[in-house]
Amino acid sequence: MSETQTIEQDAKARIAAAADLAALEALRVEFLGKQGSVSALMKTLGKMTPEERQTKGPEIQALRQAVTDALAARKDVLEAAALEAQLAAETLDLTLPAPEVPRGSVHPVSQVMDELAEIFADLGFAVATGPEIEDDWYNFTALNMPESHPARAMHDTFYFPDTAPKGGKMLLRTHTSPVQVRTMLAEGAPLRIIAPGRVYRSDSDATHTPMFHQIEGLVIDKDIHLGHLKWTLETFLKAFFENEDIVIRLRPSYFPFTEPSVEADVGFALVDGKRVLGGSGDEPGHGWMELLGSGMVNRRVIEMSGLDPDEWQGFAFGIGVDRLAMLKYGMDDLRAFFDGDARWLSHYGFSALAQPTLSAGVGERA
Amino acid sequence: MKFSLEWLSYFLDTEASLADIAAKLNAIGIEVEGIEDPAEALAGFRVAKVLTAKPHPDADKLQVLTVDNGTGEVQQIVCGAPNARAGLVGVLGSPGAVVPANGMVLRKAAIRGVESSGMMCSTRELELGEDHDGIIELPEDAPIGTDFAAYHGASPVLDVAITPNRPDCMGVYGVARDLAAAGLGTLKPLKSFAIEEAFDCPVEVRTDDPEGCPAFYARVVRGVTNGASPEWMQARLKAAGQRPISALVDITNYMSLAFGRPAHVYDLAKLTGPVVARRAQDGEQVVALNDKTYTLDSTMTVIADDKGVHDIAGIMGGLDSSVSESTTDVLLEIAYFNPETIGVTGRKLGLASDARTRFERGVDPAWLDGGLEGLTSLVLRLCGGEASTAVRAGSPPSEPKVIAFDPGLTARLGGVEVAEGEQKRILEALDFAVDGSWNVTVPLRRHDIEGPADLVEEVVRIHGLDAVASVALPRADSVARPTATPAQALERRVRRAAAARGLNEAVTWSFLPTAEAELFADGPLWVLDNPISEDLKAMRPSLLPGLLAATKRNLDRGASALRLFEIGRRYLRGKDGASDERLTLAVVLAGDKTPRGWATGKAQGFDAFDAKAEAMALLAEAGAPVDKLQVMGEAGDQFHPGQSATLRLGPKNVLARFGTLHPRTLAAFDVDGPVVAVELFLDAIPAKKGAAGFAKPHFAPPALQPVLRDFAFLVPAELPAGDLLRTVKGADKANIVDARVFDVFAGQGVPEGKKSVALEVTLQPGEKSYKDADLKAIADAIVAAAAKQGAELRG
Repeated sequence: MSETQTIEQDAKARIAAAADLAALEALRVEFLGKQGSVSALMKTLGKMTPEERQTKGPEIQALRQAVTDALAARKDVLEAAALEAQLAAETLDLTLPAPEVPRGSVHPVSQVMDELAEIFADLGFAVATGPEIEDDWYNFTALNMPESHPARAMHDTFYFPDTAPKGGKMLLRTHTSPVQVRTMLAEGAPLRIIAPGRVYRSDSDATHTPMFHQIEGLVIDKDIHLGHLKWTLETFLKAFFENEDIVIRLRPSYFPFTEPSVEADVGFALVDGKRVLGGSGDEPGHGWMELLGSGMVNRRVIEMSGLDPDEWQGFAFGIGVDRLAMLKYGMDDLRAFFDGDARWLSHYGFSALAQPTLSAGVGERA
Repeated sequence: MKFSLEWLSYFLDTEASLADIAAKLNAIGIEVEGIEDPAEALAGFRVAKVLTAKPHPDADKLQVLTVDNGTGEVQQIVCGAPNARAGLVGVLGSPGAVVPANGMVLRKAAIRGVESSGMMCSTRELELGEDHDGIIELPEDAPIGTDFAAYHGASPVLDVAITPNRPDCMGVYGVARDLAAAGLGTLKPLKSFAIEEAFDCPVEVRTDDPEGCPAFYARVVRGVTNGASPEWMQARLKAAGQRPISALVDITNYMSLAFGRPAHVYDLAKLTGPVVARRAQDGEQVVALNDKTYTLDSTMTVIADDKGVHDIAGIMGGLDSSVSESTTDVLLEIAYFNPETIGVTGRKLGLASDARTRFERGVDPAWLDGGLEGLTSLVLRLCGGEASTAVRAGSPPSEPKVIAFDPGLTARLGGVEVAEGEQKRILEALDFAVDGSWNVTVPLRRHDIEGPADLVEEVVRIHGLDAVASVALPRADSVARPTATPAQALERRVRRAAAARGLNEAVTWSFLPTAEAELFADGPLWVLDNPISEDLKAMRPSLLPGLLAATKRNLDRGASALRLFEIGRRYLRGKDGASDERLTLAVVLAGDKTPRGWATGKAQGFDAFDAKAEAMALLAEAGAPVDKLQVMGEAGDQFHPGQSATLRLGPKNVLARFGTLHPRTLAAFDVDGPVVAVELFLDAIPAKKGAAGFAKPHFAPPALQPVLRDFAFLVPAELPAGDLLRTVKGADKANIVDARVFDVFAGQGVPEGKKSVALEVTLQPGEKSYKDADLKAIADAIVAAAAKQGAELRG
């Protein structure tokens, strides 16, 4: 065995045995440092004859390369081990909880209003609004309920002491119907609008609160009749409940601002004591539920709204938004809607991202 | 309104079942709200005969009966009734039957050691009367074994809602007429009674108020006996929910319920001089039949004699002249009152009655003589006596409306084709007269019929709304177009932004306790005259009180953290007495912002910067130019004076206020602090200018990297950091793209009255990299600008 071979064997063995990076560095200095043994051999090359250099040169160069490689390889191994050890020391207990981010929610009334706006947009209805503190004239008189009209008594109206600009007292609107008049006066005809908003009646129990939400629908055009009203209600309810089996029944009724007036009932089945909408109310195990009031707009209302009733006619309907929300999403106490109980809001509320769209469906399934 | 099927059948000849009648009533607009079938309550009770009665071996007051229930089987019953005896025919409840009065289910049981399989019942137990002294005794020939319900003749009761436009259906006869028109049977004509007039009416009757009381018809009946009314009448009244009182009172109630025709009967002995319809004098008083005293005014019509008021006309009679058991001579009144006057008087007095309900909506002006005749004949039949001539003061409206009708309107408005012959048949069945050119004469009782649309309603409701086919609304020739107004789009956007930021949307009352509203008021409030409670009285001038009250409720329920928001209107005073309702978003943050945690240590509350973060984020989402907003003071007394601010666009336009709430505010709501809040005035956010297109402003990412430079300034302690920041940003707009405060320090090493504010400024080179000279020039500009705010660069 030549001298270089001996040195190489010895060096490789010791490098492989180096326990840590410090020991490895010491070996590098021992072999390749200025005073190192391999460096010393390199220096002998200069004193050799060209012939000697021919043979010894490559041998010594190979030795240097082998030692360098061995040092590098060992360094990689030691560094990897050190990193592993460091990472092992950094182990986290990932069963611990992550930072909590609060989850917000959209109130069911808002969600349902958005759903309705989406559906009615597809049917070409724009959204209109009006004041809640209303003038007696818009709330009653213009809707064919003059001062002495007995129907006024059905409205359980909240009044202010303030005199209204158009006579009578200022009041809290008892329905969204004054928006009909305001919109006709402002925009004329033809017209397709919905008017959602808060309304007020002096009434309170599990199904009535002194404040609730209503949505008004109004179509004014030339050839609109009860059949259009029926279609609109059916179409909207089918879309809202995403159920083609919704059956409605029209019943004659009375509202001073419509003539003829009809009330719409919707069929439901009793399933485990709960009302599930769908099917005719006349089927066995089914019933009818009163859902909304509607009718052909009374010609006096059209007249008072500044339009010619011989030219324009149409229909209007009003429906309780809170009630629709309860029917669709299963709440059973209206009063909880207005309590602001964070637990209720989290449970019955909707994700910010649950924006109703026609393509994804206007309902948010449980 | 309630009535028994038996009563309806008295007026309507029909084979229809109860279910068919109910369905038809719904179909023609008389909504059935309920059906009570007494037969259901009496299921399991039979006519039975006591065969033997022996004393109970172990109880003095009990007897052991054997009872024949008609099936051939003999039941043994233990009974405590004193009248129980062999031979008695009574009512037996068998095991399984439910006692109507108390809901008890009968069972076979041993009573004091003797088996008893059922119960012999008293009147009270079956809810047929008050008698509980003994068991029911039926006539001996009552058929043993028959269902008692069938024997008793208990008739189902329909409870219907009559819409206010149909006073003509506020009597059973009117309902029968509608049903007959709808093909459910034949209306029986009303009998005509020839009244034998034995003497001239001794009482002068007058109407001095022809406006309030156009017609006042009357007659005296002498020698009546005011006992109990007959059983058939009592049964009908009870089914209708009326307690029988005495024959005369029951007769007037019967007239009202059967024909929608209120009547009044005066005790003649209590009247003095002429009986006159007149206006009340201001301050005049009367004690009404309900024992309450009413003070009247000169807008109200009354019936009075020389001594005073005896009747609040059309609403309620007076106590003084009311009939009693000892009444022998009576004055019968059938009048026509002005519906509007009745309504106004009723509302003023807060007095409701069956008579008012009918007069206010309008009784049949054509049925005064008929009514007086019917009333007289009932009095004569039930109470005896002899009748005087009738006297008639004034006359009711008699000019019928005539409507020129186009039968084609039924299809155009009602959406259903009904043959002209059928339309005519329907109208005539409802007593309208139709001539050859479709001039339709309206019966006087139909006050609700004003024009052709009303006739369409009559035709369509009787023909059946089911026949109306759905017809699609014409669709726009495109996909749906956007319909939301900018305000609505804004509202939706900020709502979902707030929810996405972890806030829970609440909906709270628009009205508040006045004290809470005043705490947030900036001007006169809208305060209700007739609130449902003192807690729901003043319209909110801010959304914060409602959310604070909700916060209080939540904290009381043990909530540890609350992030509530609401979007709604605040109600202010507008011009000319109108309201000014402004769209507002409010946020309340209370409790723990971060709960105590393994990584975060102790729980942390919210502070004013949390409020600012919500305000800025939501304003940005709302499209407000947030980089142009100024942070200014005057958030309001409700806020901590040192930890609150407004965000303004220019000095006057306040877009939001935010901060920590004042401890006094929290005390008023009994909430522990700190609580921080935001109120965003969505109405104040300026609309985007012009019709903005969809394209965004051009942008090409700069080729060169930005350069960051730090500056630490010594500034007066009271200088708002924001002012320094704005000045620095403005020092060289071409190069400075951003600047942020990364340190604020006062104390050691900083002179008294000063603070150190450190800024990181971002510079964006254009096409060429900065040279040292460029950077120095920018730095000099920054330092020079800062100096104007009293800032000096720290060495």
